[in-house]
Amino acid sequence: MAEIMGLREAVSGLVGDGDTVALEGFTHLIPFAAAHEIIRQEKRDLTLVRMTPDLIYDQMIGMGTARKLIFSWGGNPGVGSLHRFRDAIERGWPHPLEIEEHSHAGMANRYVAGASNLPFAVLRGYVGTDLAKVTPTIAPITCPFTGEELTAVPALTPDVTMIHAQQADRKGNVALWGITGIQKEAALSARRVIVTVEEVVDEFEQHTFGIVLPSVAIDAVAVVARGAYPSYTHGYYGRDNAFYEAWDPIGRDREKFGEWMEKHVLGVEDFAEHLRSIQEQGAMR
Amino acid sequence: MTGVDARGYTADEMMTVAASRRLGDGTVCFVGIGIPSQAANLARLTHAPDSVLIYESGTIGAKPEVLPLSIGDGELAEHADSVVSVPEIFNYWLQAGRVDVGFLGAAQIDRYGNLNTTVVGSYEQPKVRLPGAGGAPEIAASAKEVFIVLRQSKRAFVEKLAFVTSVGYAEGGDSRKNLGYTGGGPTVVITDLGVLEPDPESGELTLVALHPGSTVEEAKEATGWDLNVAGDLDTTEPPTQGELRVLRDLEERTAAARKEKVG
Repeated sequence: MAEIMGLREAVSGLVGDGDTVALEGFTHLIPFAAAHEIIRQEKRDLTLVRMTPDLIYDQMIGMGTARKLIFSWGGNPGVGSLHRFRDAIERGWPHPLEIEEHSHAGMANRYVAGASNLPFAVLRGYVGTDLAKVTPTIAPITCPFTGEELTAVPALTPDVTMIHAQQADRKGNVALWGITGIQKEAALSARRVIVTVEEVVDEFEQHTFGIVLPSVAIDAVAVVARGAYPSYTHGYYGRDNAFYEAWDPIGRDREKFGEWMEKHVLGVEDFAEHLRSIQEQGAMR
Repeated sequence: MTGVDARGYTADEMMTVAASRRLGDGTVCFVGIGIPSQAANLARLTHAPDSVLIYESGTIGAKPEVLPLSIGDGELAEHADSVVSVPEIFNYWLQAGRVDVGFLGAAQIDRYGNLNTTVVGSYEQPKVRLPGAGGAPEIAASAKEVFIVLRQSKRAFVEKLAFVTSVGYAEGGDSRKNLGYTGGGPTVVITDLGVLEPDPESGELTLVALHPGSTVEEAKEATGWDLNVAGDLDTTEPPTQGELRVLRDLEERTAAARKEKVG
């Protein structure tokens, strides 16, 4: 059963150095507050898993949190490159980053296998691509019934999955709606699950395209208002596209990046203070 | 977009309009972000109001008012017919053969319509690390047909891809079929200079049409292999006033929305 607690306590209790950690949210509900807490607590040697690394992993990689990255698309959506991600891969800064690269379909099926307690998943894909040559976790498999050649990918079973959602109730059930992406599978494939939510409510209302993750599948729920900023939370706040564009010159420059993280992430107590800090400084404009 | 010339439209606008015209009404189209999304939405707002646009974030029947900056903008869910999970969109929709057209861009393409969106240079020591595969490999594998749209240049149209991210006609001839893919492969490549289609036998891309003002020499010069040119070369109809108005309105709305600090 989920316990409602502070995010700092949840991360210090449930995330360890060397863990495999998935922070998911497909453009929507990206758990930025959770990532910042990991950075502030200086967790090290993490294997970070995420379909679309986005700014959230650009920050974690640039701060030296990750030893390895398992992913399928690493860009700043609609803007361009993730410069910290590229710097780590192209020049090994701040230290070399091992990568394990898949397609979206491959990653999605790996989570499904993990959530199903199966060792691998089967799909049609990868055949004839160079991904199959550079990624050892892609292998051919023959269907025992039809003899058809297919592709197998191993299950993803993160030590910890962290997601952001709109609401929890007092028992720690979690409701999310809008684009719910891969969050259900990412949560159910993990050994431990931390969810940040916009608010705790007495009772959920019905929402179109909504899902509820039962409390029994979750370890910790932490309330962090605007915890997905600068991504968005459907029904609460929109995506701050200006932030994504403003990130480009910050992420591009090692020194600027370091100063920004020092001031707005390491130098603050929590995510609420982070939001005040970037707002006061007009840091993103 | 820059470079509106005496004709009253840009090469990019011609490319987007030409790409949009390919999308028939009622088509189920799996849309990549960028120019494909622009072209697919132009089609939806002009001649193909009943096309069903699918984005890999899980939105089916998306009807965005403004072009999404990312594949999972709230705009896409807002007016969608349905929103499903990521495994569902790839397994039950794409892999199951429910997608008529996959609409893709790329950084690099070769003569057989294979695409690279992964690296320039070697994989281990890349000169430029690109975002990677995303949904493209399986879109290229399983959509009934694939439309590709990208600007034509020697850097993009290369003799040999640095990395094969998504498969077109593989090494030509029957080689795609032999890989066991259920989708048909690319049927058209639309560029800022003209239109290329695969040869039905070899799968090699052949220039079949030029946009007004482009020349065969230009197209050959912008291609990193010895480009085949069809004997009966067509000329693309220039964008109509209606198409340009809808496209520019869409872009203006999008630019305004992006400037706005939301929330």
